[in-house]
Amino acid sequence: MPELIKPRPKFLNLFAIRLPLAGYASIFHRVSGIGLFLMLPLLIWLLDKSLSTPDAYAQFKAVFDCVLVKLLLVGLLWAFLHHFCMGVRILLLDIHVGIDKASAHNSSIAVMAVSLTLTAVLGAKLLGIY
Amino acid sequence: MSHFDRIVVGAHYGLKDWLAQRITGIVMALYTLFMAAALLAGVNGQEGWRALMSHGFVRFFTFLFIVALCWHAWIGVRDIWMDYVKPAGIRLTLHSLTAIALIGYAGWAIQVIWRL
Repeated sequence: MPELIKPRPKFLNLFAIRLPLAGYASIFHRVSGIGLFLMLPLLIWLLDKSLSTPDAYAQFKAVFDCVLVKLLLVGLLWAFLHHFCMGVRILLLDIHVGIDKASAHNSSIAVMAVSLTLTAVLGAKLLGIY
Repeated sequence: MSHFDRIVVGAHYGLKDWLAQRITGIVMALYTLFMAAALLAGVNGQEGWRALMSHGFVRFFTFLFIVALCWHAWIGVRDIWMDYVKPAGIRLTLHSLTAIALIGYAGWAIQVIWRL
């Protein structure tokens, strides 16, 4: 059967690939992980200043109360929550909970829904909306 | 690639890192739930925040969290380099920089909680 050994083109057009929702949840797991890693110095700096002398705490407040920093922190909040929820999903899949196609799809919906809802609730608090 | 062609920046094809990723993830998840509960109980200004973080058990748990975080990030970021960066020299450089940064972050963060 010569047609079977025909060299097939390698094709990786990211705009032509349609990912299932679980695929998006998975790539967001990676993106959120990178974001958290890159922002670790900022997060440790904030922890450092928040736990130090009153002067340092004032420094912390000045940076923390800056709108751009707050928006960045809301982004990181989403990254953390998504990474957390997706991590729990991965651990469950590891022990063979929810590995059939329908449950895997539903759990990826749950990851998105829970992480986005918590981001909205906690992010609004962070931004001082309530 | 034959199995004689191993490169120094490969994954070593073992279970250990995979397992470490899970265990460190569980430690961080438990810490997150613990801290969420502590914060929901209410923290009174900077004094309250310092009191919480300098409590013996919290400090012990935070230390574990920091170590787990850096170990977890090491495996995760290394996996990303291995997926996208093929030349061994560049990959080795990125692996080294990642490891050095994470070791530094761990020292810094531990110092922050341990001086309390």
